[in-house]
Amino acid sequence: MTTMTDPPQESFRLSMLLNDTRYRSYTFQFIALMAVVALIAYLGSNLVQNLRAAGLNISYQFLGEPSGYDINQRLIEYDSQSSHWRASVVGILNTLLVAFLACITATILGVAAGVLRLSKNWLVRKLMAVYVEAFRNVPVLIWIIIIFTVMTAVLPAPRAFRGDDATASMLFDAVAFTNRGVFIPSPILASGGWIVILTFLASIVGVIFYRRYATKLLYDTGRLLPMFWPSVGILFLPSILIFFILGQPISLEYPELKGFNFQGGWTIRGSLIALWFALAIYTGAFIAENVRAGIQAISKGQTEAAASLGLRPGRIMNLVILPQALRVIIPPLISQYLNITKNSSLAIAVGYMDITGTLGGITLNQTGRAIEAVLLLMLFYLVISLSISAVMNIYNNAVKLKER
Amino acid sequence: MSDTPSQRNPAFVRTEMLPEQAPPATETGIIKWARENLFSGTSNSILTVLSIISIYYIVVSAAPWILNGVWNSASIRECREILEGATGGCFAVLTERWNQLLFGFKYPNEEYWRPGLAFVLLFVAAAPVMFFKYLPSKMLLFTALYPFLAYWLIWGGPILAPIFALFGFVVGYVVWSQLVTRSFAAGFFGSIVAAALTWWIGGMITSAVAPEETLLSAVPSRDMGGFMLNLILGTVCVSLSIPFGIALALGRQSNMPIIKWICVVFIEFVRGVPLITLLFVANVVLAYFLPPGSNFDLIIRVIIMITAFASAYIAEVIRGGLAALPTGQYEAADSLGLDYPQAMRLIILPQALKISIPGIVNVAVGLFKDTTLVSVISMFDLVGMIRGPILASTEWNGVYWELFGAAAILFFVVCYGISQYSQWLERELATDHR
Repeated sequence: MTTMTDPPQESFRLSMLLNDTRYRSYTFQFIALMAVVALIAYLGSNLVQNLRAAGLNISYQFLGEPSGYDINQRLIEYDSQSSHWRASVVGILNTLLVAFLACITATILGVAAGVLRLSKNWLVRKLMAVYVEAFRNVPVLIWIIIIFTVMTAVLPAPRAFRGDDATASMLFDAVAFTNRGVFIPSPILASGGWIVILTFLASIVGVIFYRRYATKLLYDTGRLLPMFWPSVGILFLPSILIFFILGQPISLEYPELKGFNFQGGWTIRGSLIALWFALAIYTGAFIAENVRAGIQAISKGQTEAAASLGLRPGRIMNLVILPQALRVIIPPLISQYLNITKNSSLAIAVGYMDITGTLGGITLNQTGRAIEAVLLLMLFYLVISLSISAVMNIYNNAVKLKER
Repeated sequence: MSDTPSQRNPAFVRTEMLPEQAPPATETGIIKWARENLFSGTSNSILTVLSIISIYYIVVSAAPWILNGVWNSASIRECREILEGATGGCFAVLTERWNQLLFGFKYPNEEYWRPGLAFVLLFVAAAPVMFFKYLPSKMLLFTALYPFLAYWLIWGGPILAPIFALFGFVVGYVVWSQLVTRSFAAGFFGSIVAAALTWWIGGMITSAVAPEETLLSAVPSRDMGGFMLNLILGTVCVSLSIPFGIALALGRQSNMPIIKWICVVFIEFVRGVPLITLLFVANVVLAYFLPPGSNFDLIIRVIIMITAFASAYIAEVIRGGLAALPTGQYEAADSLGLDYPQAMRLIILPQALKISIPGIVNVAVGLFKDTTLVSVISMFDLVGMIRGPILASTEWNGVYWELFGAAAILFFVVCYGISQYSQWLERELATDHR
């Protein structure tokens, strides 16, 4: 803005609203506000007229009515007599399930590929470059459909597992890959099962405390306690002991071929697997690039300084490079998680019943409540996005370089 | 100890050079390279062996499928008869349905040359922008004409419509250049009013003198399909969203609270929801918000929503570029006595946009890939064509790999090409660390 040179003694005139930089911003803001209000009023009046012409109204009562459709992949009890609201909750849980699975898998894949892209091994480096470029440059929708096709058109039907001359067999007699989904064993908790799980959770807390204690001891006295084997021991031994003392209260229910399909165990539908793996592999390629950029952002001097202090290569990575690289890697990583959550809405292309498939798909089509359903749908994704960005902001502030 | 002369005379100094020895066999050429790059340690050797095994399996399983491929047959059954049980792809679907994959199944066959020509001209139009250092800037004139030419080629219809659209822009530009010397706001709003007036008059003239037979027959929007639809949506939405993105980014940086908050709410809302929900809005909701009786094409509604989506992302990229500029640049502009529009146009934006180029290209590539989502709202783009008319036909029911492989390759070629260009441009524009 130009510097004001006139002394402000003159009184306010109307033309100053346009010519004086002190007041011009008010004029612009007023015009912008009026334009937005006018736009909203125009769209609103159109909406009212259109709804009146169609004899509709805005109401969310449809959420309480029975949905009348079935969902084959669900985490909570649901049948076709349940309400549309219940169907939406099933959809929300399915969205969160596939997003959670894909985030974990994508992180593992991405970190591995990103580190291997910097490997000294020429062949591995080139392979990882091919993976990253091939998956980054092809739409995720095509990957989802390709994997879905593998799951439904290539895998054998359940009847291929039948009889003595079966053309397909179960992996370890426990897992069956069929074109109706993957059947895996499910755990069954007997009376003492909870105690084992609680013991395991307590062990995790124990490991954290042990490692804290070891670090404190190292800083205070310089004594180095072994880390790896005690951690493994604390993590698994108590649970295994209690498991056998209580008489094996956790058992597995194996899927069995009964009639035309497998019964028992857990069923993972092909659509879930297609979405899960496609999102994981696709986003993994992006995460690999983030990880590579993060490691390369740490200047070579840091590695050399650490080496001149006498640290071994593994410790250089753990104590010097990674803590600094993580500051660069984690913000884009979290926005990739956000992308996974948003891209999981592509479930509708393969018929996985996430929130877009239930609320934005069948519910919308059955009730014709387009505005209400799409609004709710957007609200759900908005809440998820905003909460993830809030977490990211807190994290960014926590790891920000504290400069003088 | 032998009695050699050198031992009796320890002051021996060799006077001639020894001939150069070849390095050991393990320290030269391909062996050295392999030792250093493939087998430098146990874990590295294991990785190499694993990679070779996986490459071997991929090649062994894919090679016969590609080499035995059938390129000439009328249906999948004929394909299988030709193959006689051997492994092999049925690539005949590509040769037979190639035009459908590219142009959709409704675009009139005898007019395929029109979008083809528009596609070729796209390169001519984009070249002076992409390689601005090496091509004469006069070629930008063709770039400016291209949108109208491409519209006329692809959609056809009366030629007066694109001419008046172009004429409106010309009138607007003339008014702007006349008024901008007095004040930016006068030029800005004056040009908008003048252009709108020209379009209004032009629209009346076009409909008044609409001829029965036009030079190029009109093709309705709903007949667009195939990869052409992806390309149209990608180029139109990216080029429209850059100016909107700049405006939103400047608005978000502004120190006027109301304008800032309007921009923030728009950007955060659009970035917070998946594109598919916006496409639902275009498909089923937007009609409720338009004046009763108005009938927008689905493709126009989709372009509006995708442009809104892309603008928000591009705005964030440009905001990053603006934030990366040192405050000194803003202060320098102020101290020269430039007002806000001048400072932005002459000093801030040229630098900020240069920093933002990689980000903008990333958004453009992502957006181009996302145009496949329109298949979900039953538009027949490349993926929609494959899943709809082609796989549903009795001749080609079951030919998955060939079709999706071809789609993946088409997208890969375009996206990889764009990202390579962007890396080249980054090196070209780098002005630091010579």
